[in-house]
Amino acid sequence: MSNTFLSIERLTQIFPDGAGGTLTVFENASFGIEKGEFVCILGHSGCGKSTIMNILAGLAEPTSGVVKMDGFEVSGPSLDRGVVFQNYSLLPWLSALKNVTFGIKARHPDWSKDRVEAHAREFLAKVGLEGEVVHRKPSQLSGGMRQRVSIARAFANEPKLLLLDEPFGALDALTRGTIQEELLKIWRGTNQTVFMITHDIDEAILLSDRILLMTNGPHARVAESVDITIPRPRNRTEIVEHPNYYAIRNHLVHFLGERSKALAGKASGGETQSPATVRIDRTAPSATEEDAEGERRLRAVND
Amino acid sequence: MQSLSINQRAAVLSVVMLVVGLLLWEVAIPQQQLATELTEYELLAGGGAPRAAVPPPSDILVRAWEELSDPFYDAGPNDKGIGIQIGYSIYRVLTGYLLAALIAIPLGFLIGMSPVAYKALNPFIQVLRPISPLAWMPLALFIIQDSEASAIFVIFICSIWPMLINTAFGVAGVRRDWVNVARTHELGALRTAFQVILPAAAPTIVTGMRISIGIAWLVIVAAEMLVGGTGIGYFVWNEWNNLDLTSVIFSILMIGVVGMLLDAAFGALQRFVAYAE
Ligand SMILES: Nc1ncnc2c1ncn2[C@@H]1O[C@H](COP(=O)(O)OP(=O)(O)OP(=O)(O)O)[C@@H](O)[C@H]1O
Ligand SMILES: [Mg+2]
Repeated sequence: MSNTFLSIERLTQIFPDGAGGTLTVFENASFGIEKGEFVCILGHSGCGKSTIMNILAGLAEPTSGVVKMDGFEVSGPSLDRGVVFQNYSLLPWLSALKNVTFGIKARHPDWSKDRVEAHAREFLAKVGLEGEVVHRKPSQLSGGMRQRVSIARAFANEPKLLLLDEPFGALDALTRGTIQEELLKIWRGTNQTVFMITHDIDEAILLSDRILLMTNGPHARVAESVDITIPRPRNRTEIVEHPNYYAIRNHLVHFLGERSKALAGKASGGETQSPATVRIDRTAPSATEEDAEGERRLRAVND
Repeated sequence: MQSLSINQRAAVLSVVMLVVGLLLWEVAIPQQQLATELTEYELLAGGGAPRAAVPPPSDILVRAWEELSDPFYDAGPNDKGIGIQIGYSIYRVLTGYLLAALIAIPLGFLIGMSPVAYKALNPFIQVLRPISPLAWMPLALFIIQDSEASAIFVIFICSIWPMLINTAFGVAGVRRDWVNVARTHELGALRTAFQVILPAAAPTIVTGMRISIGIAWLVIVAAEMLVGGTGIGYFVWNEWNNLDLTSVIFSILMIGVVGMLLDAAFGALQRFVAYAE
């Protein structure tokens, strides 16, 4: 794990539970993310996804454990880790354009005004916002447009790691589809590392290289890391035709439906909790390999 | 009437109410004396000694015309134009008010940002805030030894509280998310304060400033009645001593108009800093 881009090492978060006791959200959780990877994390509400993200962003301190990026320990927020918050978090008194230049000015204080604005317009155009629209205030934009501005703001800063907390949660299915594609397009162009929280299984399969599955809390853990063995570029209508699509999807549904509960609530007993790797590939030369993989995975989960 | 907008109808109604009200007032004043007798009596009494009765609105309109056609004349300490008197009052209000803003807004910022500062300063604020500003007057006169500065001090002390409390409240209530946006962009404390917290809290702060200027204008009239010399408050009191009720009523109206204009200015500022979420 030492040479991974982002490594989360024995992260523990304990909150006071409001009744005088404590609530262990997760314990000794360890996992890594490679450079350029797109990783989604799936898990039931309240299992601790946002807590992990806030720690990665440097906005919150874990009870114990460390997060290392490029080998350096993360402490406090940084421009190298861009965040797209669940509720957009645009500054309502600034226009869409000014919201983006706000970020760029922070990143490049030495840039001229024109250069900052040109850069902002470039990224707004990438998410389909051009012309008069960029001068509107967030309250005058639709939910989808606000989300785009928020994504443009994060990408325009070209952070090494991009953290997205349920970025499309409030959007309707159509808008969601368009923005997902825009997100993929920008990500391909920059090859940034993305860590994203979502509740939507299909969205996770479409976007990720790898999906992390969390069990229910308290004492939640990142139990599995599922490789998405569907080649890119992907598109929403075509991936469902791929032989691996339903195999992966069924695995995820099964996990979230049953195993996330079955595996929940166990204290770690001080042991490091790392996810087991799951690789489902129906296109592999021999079908037996996949079965062996499946069995190994079950062992890894059960032990 | 049907084709008029709500605003137009309201304006027509206002004018009707004004005219009817003034007519009733005019009619209700008994035509107690004959003008010629009165003038003779007045002449005997020596110059412009006015009659001690509520004047009809027509008299007030005439007085308003006289005063407003030459508002800045200055014929000695007891005879200055209404413009000069109001000018003095506005100067005192703005001086005391700006001094208060200079202290209240930064201090309110500090209190809003830091729970410790809030807890430490809260007892003082709670005790000092309910004190009537005029209660400070004797102490101010004794310590400052200057009536002009004392009036300004009273304005200062009455306008500081709404600004202080609203600033603290606005700053403490800034959405966590917006502060987090500043943090993830590595903005320093000063830039966060000016680029995120100030614009976010501005509507609440300006509301406090608007309340303060209203109170300051209320208080200056009373303060000037006590301190004397110049100002619209002194002017009202002086005309009352002269039993010139026409001037008293005219000045009361002017106090209302100036107060309205001050409030409108802050209303405009409020619209300027407002934002929709
Ligand atoms: N500041 C806090 N103090 C106490 N408990 C907290 C705090 N923040 C989060 N929690 C608790 O930690 C647990 C995990 O919260 P978190 O917000 O990370 O969940 P989540 O996985 O993001 O859920 P969702 O999918 O609903 O957003 C919850 O049980 C929550 O009540
Ligand atoms: Mg969450």
